[in-house]
Amino acid sequence: MIGGIDPALLISALMVASVPILLAAIGELVVERAGVLNLGVEGMMIMGAVCGFIMAVQTGSALLGFVGGALGGAALSLIFALLTQVLLANQVASGLALTLFGLGLSSLIGQSFVGIRPPSTGTVPFGPLADIPFLGRVLFRHDWVVYASVALVAATWWMLKATRMGLILRAVGESHDAAHALGYKVRKIRVLAILFGGAMAGLGGAYVSLVRVPQWTDGITAGAGWIALAIVVFASWRPWRALVGAYLFGGITVLQLNLQAAGARIPVEYLSMSPYLITIIVLVIMSSGRGKASLNAPASLGKNFHASR
Amino acid sequence: MKRRTLLATAALGLGLAFGGSASAQGMDKVKACFVYVGPIGDLGWTYQHHQGALELVETYGDKVEIAFQENVPEGADAERVLTQMALSGCNIIFTTSFGYMDPTNTVAAKFPDIKFEHATGYKREHPNVSTYNARFYEGRAIQGHIAGKMTKTNKIGYIGSFPIPEVVMGINSYYLHAKKVNPDVELSVVWAFTWFDPAKEADSAKALIDQGVDVIASHTDSTAPLAEAAKTNGAVIGFGQASDMADYKPSPRVSSIIDNWAPYYVKRVGQLLDGTYEQVDSWAGIPEGEVEIGEITDAVPADVKAEAEAMRDAIAAGTYHPFTGPINKQDGSVWLAEGAVAPDGDLLGMNFYVEGISGDIPK
Amino acid sequence: MIRLEKRPSPSRFWQGATPVLAVVLTMIAGGLMFAALGKNPFDAIRTIFWDPLFHPQFASYSRPQLLVKAAPLILIAIGLSLGFRAGIWNIGAEGQYIMGALLGAGVGLAFYPADLWFIFPLMVVAGAFGGWVWAMIPAILRTRFNTNEILVSLLMVYIAENILSSMSLGLLRNPEGGGFPGSRNLSQYPAASNPEMIAGTGMHWGVIAALMAVIAAYVLLQRHILGFHIKLAGQAPRAARYAGVNPTGLVLLCMGISGALAGLAGLFEVAGPAGRISIDFNVGYGFTAIIVAFLGRLNPIGILLAGLLMALTYIGGELAQFMLGLPAAAIQAFQGMLLFFLLAVDLLSNYRIRLGYKKEAI
Repeated sequence: MIGGIDPALLISALMVASVPILLAAIGELVVERAGVLNLGVEGMMIMGAVCGFIMAVQTGSALLGFVGGALGGAALSLIFALLTQVLLANQVASGLALTLFGLGLSSLIGQSFVGIRPPSTGTVPFGPLADIPFLGRVLFRHDWVVYASVALVAATWWMLKATRMGLILRAVGESHDAAHALGYKVRKIRVLAILFGGAMAGLGGAYVSLVRVPQWTDGITAGAGWIALAIVVFASWRPWRALVGAYLFGGITVLQLNLQAAGARIPVEYLSMSPYLITIIVLVIMSSGRGKASLNAPASLGKNFHASR
Repeated sequence: MKRRTLLATAALGLGLAFGGSASAQGMDKVKACFVYVGPIGDLGWTYQHHQGALELVETYGDKVEIAFQENVPEGADAERVLTQMALSGCNIIFTTSFGYMDPTNTVAAKFPDIKFEHATGYKREHPNVSTYNARFYEGRAIQGHIAGKMTKTNKIGYIGSFPIPEVVMGINSYYLHAKKVNPDVELSVVWAFTWFDPAKEADSAKALIDQGVDVIASHTDSTAPLAEAAKTNGAVIGFGQASDMADYKPSPRVSSIIDNWAPYYVKRVGQLLDGTYEQVDSWAGIPEGEVEIGEITDAVPADVKAEAEAMRDAIAAGTYHPFTGPINKQDGSVWLAEGAVAPDGDLLGMNFYVEGISGDIPK
Repeated sequence: MIRLEKRPSPSRFWQGATPVLAVVLTMIAGGLMFAALGKNPFDAIRTIFWDPLFHPQFASYSRPQLLVKAAPLILIAIGLSLGFRAGIWNIGAEGQYIMGALLGAGVGLAFYPADLWFIFPLMVVAGAFGGWVWAMIPAILRTRFNTNEILVSLLMVYIAENILSSMSLGLLRNPEGGGFPGSRNLSQYPAASNPEMIAGTGMHWGVIAALMAVIAAYVLLQRHILGFHIKLAGQAPRAARYAGVNPTGLVLLCMGISGALAGLAGLFEVAGPAGRISIDFNVGYGFTAIIVAFLGRLNPIGILLAGLLMALTYIGGELAQFMLGLPAAAIQAFQGMLLFFLLAVDLLSNYRIRLGYKKEAI
C-alpha cells in the first residue's frame, strides 16, 4: 500500500480505463503516419459506441457488438475519406465537421436504445494465473478487449516497422509526391488508413458503451476522442509510446480519483491538466533535442495530395 | 425602452391568441415550454424533467401544449432561446438548470405576462419569476440508513459532482444517518467535477471500490457507478440517482432517489388554468411526492427495509426532519442543539461537513 | 474516366456558386432526414432558413441575434484565416478564447464594485492580451524549437479548460453566489459590462470589433505589403524567403493576431451576452470558427457571410426544435451535412473536372 492505495488495483484499473483512448489513438496514429490529420476521432468514437451497442443488444453478442462498433466508426470515416481524398477538402475543417455530424447522428440512431443493458463482455479465464499475488490481479483478470488492445498495439508496431505495407504507408506520409513517383497509389493507401482509423475509434467507442459504462446515453464518450488525439502527439507517432501515453492519461484520472477516495487532498484541476503539460514538454524536447528528424512527425501531415501537381 | 414595449405587446397579443393572458381569471389553454440543459435521452436529470412535462399532456390533454428545447448552453444562448420561446406564445416557461438563473430573470423582465419557473435557483427579481427545487437530502437520509446497516467493511462512498450546497447537504444527510445506525462507519467522498461523464463516473466508483467501499451513493447522472458495482457480483451495492435505474435491480441497485417533477408541473399549470397561480419559492420533497424512494429490493434484509420505509413515512408525514439536532460541524462546533431542526437558510448555503467526516470540501 | 485538373487560379464563378449549391444540396439531404424522422421537410427547412429572417413573430428579434451569435465566430475566424493563409495552423482558438475571457473578466472583477470609466477599456486590453499570451506559447515553441503548432495549440485548449474550471470554482467564484461555481454577472456591473448599445439592434462592442476586423483584414490582404507576404508565404514558402519575408516574424505575428482576436471575442462574450465565467463557459466557438474560416474561403468577406450562415443555422435550428419538435441531434447532424457539402463542392472552384484520359505531362 502506497499512500493508502494498492498499486496492483491501481494498475489494473488504469489498464481498463485506458482501453478506449488507446484503441482510438492507435487508429489515429496510423492515419497520421499516412499523412492525414483526422480531427473527427470523437465523432467516430461515438458512432462506434452507438453502433456497437445496438449490434450487441440486437444479436445478444458482445463480440458482434465490437464488430458493429468498428463498422460504425469506419462507415463515418468513409465520409472523411471521400471529402479529403477524393474531393480534396481541407482536413482540419472536414475532421471538425465529422465530429459535429457524428455526435448528432449517434444521438438520432440511439434514441430507442436509451436505458437498456447490453450483454456482458466476458473475462478471459486464466485459471490459476489469476491467483498469482500482485501479477495475477494486475494482468490476468481482465476482459478480452484489454488484451486485444495491447495485441493491436504490437501488431501496428510490427506492421509499421517490419512490413512492406508499413514502409509504403510511412513513405506516403513522409512525401506523397515521392511515393506517387515511385508508383504507389497514395489515395488508395490513405483511404485504407482512414478506414482503419475509423474502425479503431469505433472499437474504442464500443468499449465505452459495452464495457466501461455499459449503457447507451447521448454524448457518452464525453471528449475521449480529443484525448486520443493528444496521445498520438505524446507518442510521437510510435505505437508503444502510444500505449505508455494512454496509460499515463488514463492513469492520471484513475490516480486522482483513487487519491481522493483514499482521503488525500489534491488540487484536482492541476493534476488533470498535467498530462497535457507533459505532452507539450515531450514535444518540445523531441523537436529541439536531436534535430528535426527525431521529431518523427510525418512530413506530409495534413496536406492534401493531388496527382497532377 | 421602445423595444421592450414592442416585445411585450407582441407577447400580449400572442397570449390572447392562446386563450387569454395569464391573469387571475384563468385560461382555456396553456402553452408550457421547457428549456433543458442536456439531451432528453440522458436518463438522468433532463430525462426526469421531460417525464414531468409529458405528464402535463397526460393530465390536461388538449388544454396543454408543450414545447421544449434540449442541450441549451447556460449562457448567451439561454437568453436567446428564452426570448424566442416567449415570442412564440409560451404562457409558462420552465428553465431546468441552475445556470439559467440570470437569463431567466433578464427575459422575465421583458415579458411580464409570461410566467417563468426556474429550477434550483434563488433569484426572483420580478413578480413573474418563481423558483422550485426538491429536497433530495430527504432521500439521502434513507440511503444513509441502508448504507450504515448494509456495509460489511464499514466504508461507504459518495460520488460528488461539484462542491455546491445541494451536494454537500446530500453528503451530510447520507453520513449522519449511516453513522446513527453504525458508529464505526467511515465515509469517502470523490469529487468527479462533472454532472455527466459516464466513463469518469465509472472510474470514480472503481476507485471507491478499490478502497474497500461497499456501498456507493452518487450525485452524478449516469448509471455507470451501478454498472461498476455490478461487476463485483453482489459485494458492492448502490442506489439509482435521478431516475429509478430499475435495470440494476435487485442488486447492486437496492433503492433509488427519483426526481419526480410531475406533481409540481401539474400543480403549477393547473393553477394557471384555473386562475390561482401566484409567485412561489417551492422546495418540496418526499411529502409532496417530488422526491420518491424507488422500491427497496430483497437484497436488503426485511428489518432494514422496514426501518427505511418507516423513516420515509415519517418524513412524508412531517414528523421527522433529517437534520434534527444535536449535530456538530466538522470542527466540533455546535450547529444544531438537541431537538433543533435545521433552518432552510442554513441548508441552502451549506458549505461545511458535519462532525465525523474526514477531508475538506474543495475550495 | 473522370479526373481533376487544377485550375491556375480559383474560378470566380464557382467561388460564388458553390455555397449556393451546397445549401441546396443540404436542403435536399436534410429534407430527406427530416422526412425520415416523420416531420414535414418543407416546414423544417423553412423554419431553419427563412423564419429567423422573415417570420412575423420572431424576425424582429432573431435578425439582430444573428449578429450577436455570428460576431465571435467572425472575429475569431478572421484572425485564424490570416495564419491559415500563411500556412500557420492555430487550431487552439478555443483556448485563447477562454483565456481572453478569464483575464478580461478577472481584471474587471478585481475592481468590483468601483465605478471607473477605464475599467471596460482595460478589460478589453486584458482580454486581447490573454488570448495573445496563450497563442504565443505555441508560436514561440514553433519558432524556437520547431514544435508543431497544430498540436501544441490544440493541447493548450485542454489546459485552458482546466484553468477555467479551477477559476470558476475558486478565485473568480461569486462570493455572494451561495457556493455555486461561476463568477459574478458582469452584465449587472455597469462599469465592466458590454451591453447592447441601441436596444433591439443586437449591436455590442463585439459586433463592432468583428466588423472592424473584417474591414481591416480586407485592407491588409488587398493593399498592404504584409498581406502580400502572408499570401506569398502560404503559396510559395521558398519564394517568400527570397522576397525577404521573415518566417519567424510571420509566425509570431499571425499567431499573435489570431490569439488576440480570439481573446477579444472571449472578453466581449463574457462581458456581454454570456455575462459570467462558469465551468462550461466555452461552447466551441473556437472550433466552429475554424469551420467558418474555411467556409468563407479564408476571405474576409466570405468569412462574414459564412459566420452569418452558421449563426442562421444555429438560430433557425433552435426555432425548429421548439416549433416543430425536431430533436437537437437532428439539427447537429444537419449542420454537419451543410459543412460536408460546403467542403465538398469547394472542389469545383479549385479544380476542373475532365472526362477522358490524362495527357502526357509536358
